[in-house]
Amino acid sequence: MAKTEAPKPILGTSPLRKEGVAKVLGATRYIDDIALDGMLFGATVRASIARGRILDIQFEQKDDLGNPIDWSKFTIVTANDIPGENTIVHLTKDHPCLAAEFINHPEEPILLLAHREKAMLPAAVAAVKITYEEWPGVFTIEDSEAGIERAKAGDETGVIWRGHGHGGGNNTFKTYCMLKDQTEIPESVWAEAAYIVEGEYRTGAQEQLYIENNGVIAECVVADEAVQEVTVQGSMQCPFYLVHALELVFNLPADRCRVIQVETGGAFGGKEDFPSVIGSHAALLAMKSGRPVKMTYDRAEDMVATTKRHPSRTRHRTAVAKDGRLLAGEIEFVIDGGAYATLSPVVLSRGVIHSPGPYDWPYLRVDGRAVATNVAPHGAFRGFGAPQSIFAVERHMDKIAGVVGITPEEMRRRNFLKSGEKTATGQHLSDPVDLQGLLTRALREADYHRKREEFARTNVGAVVKRGIGFASFFHGSGFTGSGERRLNSLVEIELNAEGMPNILVSSTEFGQGTNTILCQVAAQTLKIPYDDVLIAQPDTYRVPNSGPTVASRTAMIVGKLVERAAEQLCVTLVGSGFLAEGYTGEEFKDGAKRYLAANGALKASVRYQAPADIFWDDEQYRGDAYPAYAWAVYVAEVAVDTRTYQATVTDFHALQEVGKVLHPKLAAGQIEGGVAQGIGYALYEKCVWQNGRMANNQMTNYIMPTSADLPPIHAHFEEVPSIHGPGGAKGIGELPMDGPAPAILNAIEQATGIAFGEIPLLPEDIFARMTGTDGAEKLNPDVMEPAIAAAVGEVGD
Amino acid sequence: MRSNPAHYEMVAPATLDDVLALLAHAPGVHTPMAGGTELMVALGAGRLATRRLVSINHLRELRFISTDDGLVTIGSGTTFSDVRRSAVIAAEFGLLAEAASWTGSVANQNRGTLGGNIVNASPAADSPPALLAYDAEVRLVSVRGMRTLPYREFHLGYKKTALEPDELVHSIVLPRVYAGWVGYIRKVGTRNAQAISKVALAGLARMEGGRVRDVRIAAASLREIPVRCLATEAAVIGREITAETIQAARVAMMREARPIDDIRSSAKYRAAVAGNLVEEFLRRLL
Amino acid sequence: MAGLAAVRFRVNGVERTVEAPPVKRLLDVLREDLQLTGTKEGCGEGECGSCAVLMNGELVNSCLVPVLQAEGAVVCTIEGVSVDGRLAPVQQCFLEEGGAQCGICTPGMILATHHLLEKYPQPTLLQIQEGLAGNLCRCTGYMRIFEAVRQASERGRD
Ligand SMILES: Cc1cc2nc3c(=O)[nH]c(=O)nc-3n(C[C@H](O)[C@H](O)[C@H](O)COP(=O)(O)OP(=O)(O)OC[C@H]3O[C@@H](n4cnc5c(N)ncnc54)[C@H](O)[C@@H]3O)c2cc1C
Ligand code: FES
Ligand code: FES
Repeated sequence: MAKTEAPKPILGTSPLRKEGVAKVLGATRYIDDIALDGMLFGATVRASIARGRILDIQFEQKDDLGNPIDWSKFTIVTANDIPGENTIVHLTKDHPCLAAEFINHPEEPILLLAHREKAMLPAAVAAVKITYEEWPGVFTIEDSEAGIERAKAGDETGVIWRGHGHGGGNNTFKTYCMLKDQTEIPESVWAEAAYIVEGEYRTGAQEQLYIENNGVIAECVVADEAVQEVTVQGSMQCPFYLVHALELVFNLPADRCRVIQVETGGAFGGKEDFPSVIGSHAALLAMKSGRPVKMTYDRAEDMVATTKRHPSRTRHRTAVAKDGRLLAGEIEFVIDGGAYATLSPVVLSRGVIHSPGPYDWPYLRVDGRAVATNVAPHGAFRGFGAPQSIFAVERHMDKIAGVVGITPEEMRRRNFLKSGEKTATGQHLSDPVDLQGLLTRALREADYHRKREEFARTNVGAVVKRGIGFASFFHGSGFTGSGERRLNSLVEIELNAEGMPNILVSSTEFGQGTNTILCQVAAQTLKIPYDDVLIAQPDTYRVPNSGPTVASRTAMIVGKLVERAAEQLCVTLVGSGFLAEGYTGEEFKDGAKRYLAANGALKASVRYQAPADIFWDDEQYRGDAYPAYAWAVYVAEVAVDTRTYQATVTDFHALQEVGKVLHPKLAAGQIEGGVAQGIGYALYEKCVWQNGRMANNQMTNYIMPTSADLPPIHAHFEEVPSIHGPGGAKGIGELPMDGPAPAILNAIEQATGIAFGEIPLLPEDIFARMTGTDGAEKLNPDVMEPAIAAAVGEVGD
Repeated sequence: MRSNPAHYEMVAPATLDDVLALLAHAPGVHTPMAGGTELMVALGAGRLATRRLVSINHLRELRFISTDDGLVTIGSGTTFSDVRRSAVIAAEFGLLAEAASWTGSVANQNRGTLGGNIVNASPAADSPPALLAYDAEVRLVSVRGMRTLPYREFHLGYKKTALEPDELVHSIVLPRVYAGWVGYIRKVGTRNAQAISKVALAGLARMEGGRVRDVRIAAASLREIPVRCLATEAAVIGREITAETIQAARVAMMREARPIDDIRSSAKYRAAVAGNLVEEFLRRLL
Repeated sequence: MAGLAAVRFRVNGVERTVEAPPVKRLLDVLREDLQLTGTKEGCGEGECGSCAVLMNGELVNSCLVPVLQAEGAVVCTIEGVSVDGRLAPVQQCFLEEGGAQCGICTPGMILATHHLLEKYPQPTLLQIQEGLAGNLCRCTGYMRIFEAVRQASERGRD
């Protein structure tokens, strides 16, 4: 056989996205583009109060316009119809599938309706009149804490979650204490510190705002008055999460609950836990009606009723040496979980572990708490707790620098973690870490020093004030702690009849490029053309459970398994003599076909093996929190217009070390998209809450950046291969969400001289501080004319 | 969709006269729909009260920009894109062209009309400040004939206009007298594009001998209707632009602004920014 | 209940007649009556542009067009951009530059790009930003989209 040149490496190049042609043709079928014969449409009747008890449900005979409603044509599902448990299981079972008696958040689902005509549903939903006994709600972290305090004195009216059977306690889903080296901070450290710097930082809820709303189609096989099998297809990240939810709701074994992910129009975490809710609902309607049922939310329902990023409050108290070295830190990190636990414990965990930032703390204590409020449950969103706690620590580092009188840069340089050192969980950083080098390069790319000096000069008396700031941070790839061990992911590659390998994973594509990079990994490992590798649609009847598509784990963890499976496939084919070393792509297919002719089928199957040197202790909350970390320095440049108080990001440099970059274009796209979301998080996207309900649940009032609002976003990479990922890759998906907000607020501090500690930071907030109209001290008098201050007081009389 | 389209009727009579006859036949029964960028949003959200619609989008009689020596007349069915494409508007009524350019997105500008913008009468709408600054007139048409009204008398109260139920806005008339005037317009929205204004200000002035000979200042989102800021104008008319004049104008603006707190912004912010914009406008006259 | 209207218009070069309530959204008529599901609904209120189509050569959001107002119109949807399944240059550039991630905004974005390049064959960055500001994309941060538009305009030149 003629020896041919080995194919060029495909990892590190940018082949076309696997499903890209269909997407640009508009031929891709998302869930709302699919119709099944005889299909009904489903809708949800939701609570109009935040907290209380259902007293009565009436079905009006006429709609609001006076048209009669023929209820016999509707399928109606209540909690009583649930054949299994009335719960949407995540980590606990506190979250009901449908409210039976008690209401714990606005828009909580109570009843489900289905009808042949979608247009009939809105009037019918409105014609279900529910009366309640309404109880006072708990809407903020502070309300929730006050409820806990009052309970200690015997008044339980402010307790909305009791932790019964789920761990946690009054209004508290979960607490964590992360104590470096299991050693409390000695009093002497505080006593002898040159400075003790305190700060409080807050972040708001953020809507994922995928452009495709949540949606599913469910089918149900019912025989002998019992559900035999449930099938749900839809827009989602984690098909096996939904399988698990259906098992309980329908009291069925996993192999009778089939879930298929169809092309998903954006997710960002918003389709991690929520599809378990809408999927179960549609399946109940399918059960009751005996028909396929499609449920898709419109934008207003999706925004008002589904998960958002957890709001947070972080308090720092830091002992600092005269030269700026960190001596000890106490961090209190609290997130608002909403009405049910859902994923809050794991969001909290990631937030806690990222809260120290990439710094060396001799002593550190972090107390984390997820509390309950009467707000729709907060859930997964890109970054998963880390953007919140990293915002706090990176603002705090600038604050400390100011107190000590050194530059923000020097502050970081004196405290960066280095290779060989230990993180706050005691993880030994054995991979090379070069934060000093990253910082140097990032500042150079952004022309930081020159600009910082220039802005300091030109801002005096300027109407538009400018600033430049940065944040340095890290993000752990993969599930936290022993998560990967527990997931125990399985990946398979089979040969199809044409001798082409087909990757079988439950990892889903929702824009990030899962299909493409996994096929690249297999192609490179098998030394065959990228176009010859296929990837199966995630259908739980067909693909193994390779874990959820979350936590920046797909490229690194699943990718590694694909690499190993591909190796195994290759060994089998070569070892059995059907394929000679040095084969071409065509020879691979021929050899594979001959193997199939002789043996029938070939499927390589590999399971996650926790690296022997990775260890995590859940009890002590210490050990190797993540197999690998991505490291980054982001630099933001801003302009603050003192006439409109609007801060705009004018330039953005994002430098990261993410191991091997598997696909440069996809990687840059991930970073740019994440930075855009981060800019939105910092300056635009505000959930306006009224009694626990999102009041601005429309795209016109929830402001995400348009193409005219973003600066040039420059993504830069350093590549330090990691042994844990395929070809040396680490995770990348969540990282870009972490850095923008603190970098931007650090830059705004240079521009305005004001240390803002809360996001989203809207022009109204900047106005309030600049003009002192919130009662805060007036820090920068030259931006405000006395006339405004005088006149502002007169408005509204 | 939160309403059932089957519950709505819409007709599209061939000519303007036919539409007017329909409106006259049962005044208030049919609601005209031009570009639909307001009404269709309301329909989609399930809050369109009216059940009967008459489409006027296709009426060529209402979609025109005509010029003669003294006037530019813009048909009510003229879209924002039409306004942006018009050479005469760009040259002589720059504030209107600019306002049109930031009214929603390109797709909205291709459908949304000037008539719909003023009849919808949102206090935050983008074209009214410019129209007020140019002292536009509106022509209203019905089977009873055509009447003309100064645009500043068109808005009567929150979402209330001088339009009678059997009338349509026919056109908007702009006097071609602004050569030599200095214009200013700025929208402060929730973001750079496709935004609803938190405050917007249009200013137009003519200087003579270092003094303000004539001035018009109009604003959006400061009151329940788009308004001319007469007190602010009074504070600067006949004066030189000095620190005192600017100060007086700012104070006057603060006094006459009556903005509100809503989910988009706060009253204090709106008033303060309006003051800042007034100052920015006046400095441009220096 | 109000009656149906028979509306005739041309979609992607084909004469069509539909019977529908006159205020039924063009978006729903395309998707439900004509099975042209490439046009997407992201918001239903004119904000996101994922339902954008060309109507008489102008970019419009089909969620805000009552079908009666499409009477006699020439409509082009994403399905009409490619020729016999062959990608148009704009589509090719979106594909190559990573302008489509999840793909849900892509049909509207491509039609908006089409409209933009018709108006400005060599658009500046500002013109691109303004021209696409009505098309929200949550995945890309727009940078790859700008690049795709630039590439498409380059290709249009030669
Ligand atoms: C996404 C989006 C963004 C937007 N952004 C902006 C913005 O930035 N600035 C802004 O000002 N507006 C904005 N709008 C609002 C809207 O586009 C404008 O108000 C537009 O001018 C309305 O015109 P139309 O023809 O589409 O109105 P329609 O919806 O057709 O009608 C609006 C009202 O006017 C009446 N009407 C229309 N024409 C006449 C007439 N000739 N005679 C009598 N009555 C008439 C109708 O009966 C109705 O009550 C936006 C809308 C959307 C959907
Ligand atoms: S669906 Fe039409 S603009 Fe969003
Ligand atoms: S590619 Fe997902 S919204 Fe644009």
